[in-house]
Amino acid sequence: MKIVVCVKQVPDTWSEKRLDPADQTLDRAAADGVIDELDTYAVEEALRLKESHEGSSVVVLAMGPAAAAETLRKALSMGADEAVHVVDDALHGSDALATSLVLARAIEHVGYDLVVLGSESTDARMGVMAAMLAERLGVPQATLANRVDVADSALRVTRLTSAAQEEIEADLPAVVSVLEKINEPRYPSFKGIMAAKSKPTTTLSLADLGIEPSTVGLSAAATTVLDSTARPPRGERTIIKDDGDAGARIADFLASRKLV
Amino acid sequence: MADVLVLIDHADDVVVKPSLELLTLARRIGTPVAVVVGAPSTSIVEELGAYGANAIISADDERLASSVTAGVVGLLASAASSRDVAAVLLPSTAEGKEVAGRLAVRLDAGVLTDAVDVTSSEGEVVVEQSIFGGSTVVHAKATRGVPVITVRPNSVSPEESAASPSIEQVTVSDDAGRHASVTSRSAVSAGGRPGLTEASVVVAGGRGVGAADKFALIEELADVLSGAVGASRAATDAGWYPHAAQVGQTGVTVAPQLYIACGISGAIQHRAGMQTAKTIVAINKDAEAPIFELADLGVVGDLHTVVPQLIAEIRARKA
Repeated sequence: MKIVVCVKQVPDTWSEKRLDPADQTLDRAAADGVIDELDTYAVEEALRLKESHEGSSVVVLAMGPAAAAETLRKALSMGADEAVHVVDDALHGSDALATSLVLARAIEHVGYDLVVLGSESTDARMGVMAAMLAERLGVPQATLANRVDVADSALRVTRLTSAAQEEIEADLPAVVSVLEKINEPRYPSFKGIMAAKSKPTTTLSLADLGIEPSTVGLSAAATTVLDSTARPPRGERTIIKDDGDAGARIADFLASRKLV
Repeated sequence: MADVLVLIDHADDVVVKPSLELLTLARRIGTPVAVVVGAPSTSIVEELGAYGANAIISADDERLASSVTAGVVGLLASAASSRDVAAVLLPSTAEGKEVAGRLAVRLDAGVLTDAVDVTSSEGEVVVEQSIFGGSTVVHAKATRGVPVITVRPNSVSPEESAASPSIEQVTVSDDAGRHASVTSRSAVSAGGRPGLTEASVVVAGGRGVGAADKFALIEELADVLSGAVGASRAATDAGWYPHAAQVGQTGVTVAPQLYIACGISGAIQHRAGMQTAKTIVAINKDAEAPIFELADLGVVGDLHTVVPQLIAEIRARKA
């Protein structure tokens, strides 16, 4: 079984809290460029499926600037077998539609039985990519998975939506997205980190994928931002210290806003 | 005016509140047309009419209902291609966003997720989005195709506007390739509480709650306010409360009328999921906790004494 995992490089979700171990100051370098935490669950799930299905391989795929190679190396050090990096200056500013086009072409180029993604990215948070890839590839979508089982070429997934838990079935090839807490992603071992350096990494351009540069990037986006502003600060804040009557004072406050 | 397609969710023969919110928004930008999977009952039809649906398009097809995302995408795509459509509105739930993504690919149209407002400006549909965890407000529009828009629950209050909807039963041809199918489905139990994303009130507990059994206090406060229960990542990672209740960047995003944060420090991870709440109350022992930067009312104190008093006060005032 050939498993392709899509990974994205994003700003660290915990960046505001992170201190540099060297001098205990805010580590600004750490704020840019880490593998999306939600994608590490996808890598882990792919590795588990590989380990329980003899003859399987895991390819990690990223679209992004040169620095995204770091994110691919992280996935390789966890145990993925090879990496594919789509890099092209024309990709800058691509929207979800263009990104899904590029990833789908790259997935077809690589070949696959199963595509695995995180449930959303922690930066854009659209949560559309797995569904878009299933649409473009014309294969079943078994997304928002809390459990994934593959037997022969049949896929069984426990899907958690906002309203229900569903058991779903599909035939491979298929696209899966996994929820956080489906597993506990492994940390790369020292051996894994060393091994990652010699694993094959393929770089693909838009030309390699047969994609016209004018169909991707900012100028081809199907949406546009008209304006952006910093959120106005919240209204007046009241901070009180509990002197034994804080419960009553909260109740007064809620009543004044007609919330109770 | 052009039609605005609204994907309707219903449960137990009642249209869910976020769908009524979408119908309310749809009236601002065009003529609301409700799209329903399954044959709508008389009471569903009445409710959709009461909230302004001018027409109801439905497909009563078991195969469609059991298909993961693809079936409803087919229904919406066929409706969009047979009418003059100004926009498609869907709920900004995980599954709603998946439908939006696939539909946008099928229609080659711009997709805008997590809108908190939808307006019409010079004949164009403009959405307001709150991004980077609510720190930045953006206005955006689609520049190609029919805008496919997901709207966060609680972005608007549902308003009635009586209409007499026509009912159109359609069949959807299976052109979506191969589907995954649902073999069984069980509704997620929230213990009789409203769903986290659609609740008007959310009471959330964090590290300061201290133990799994202490979440009973958070639940009790949620219940007197008819609210939902949320949790910070620290609390779900500790196993004190189910992961499905996690509010934050890697969990659920909520925008209720009232958010009460109990024993939550307010790491950026958490703030990203709740800072667009209309009113925020925070209770925390640590006066330096970042959650107080967001709080309309902040109480520096022990939630284990403040919350029971608050519950008693609310009960006394209701009595």
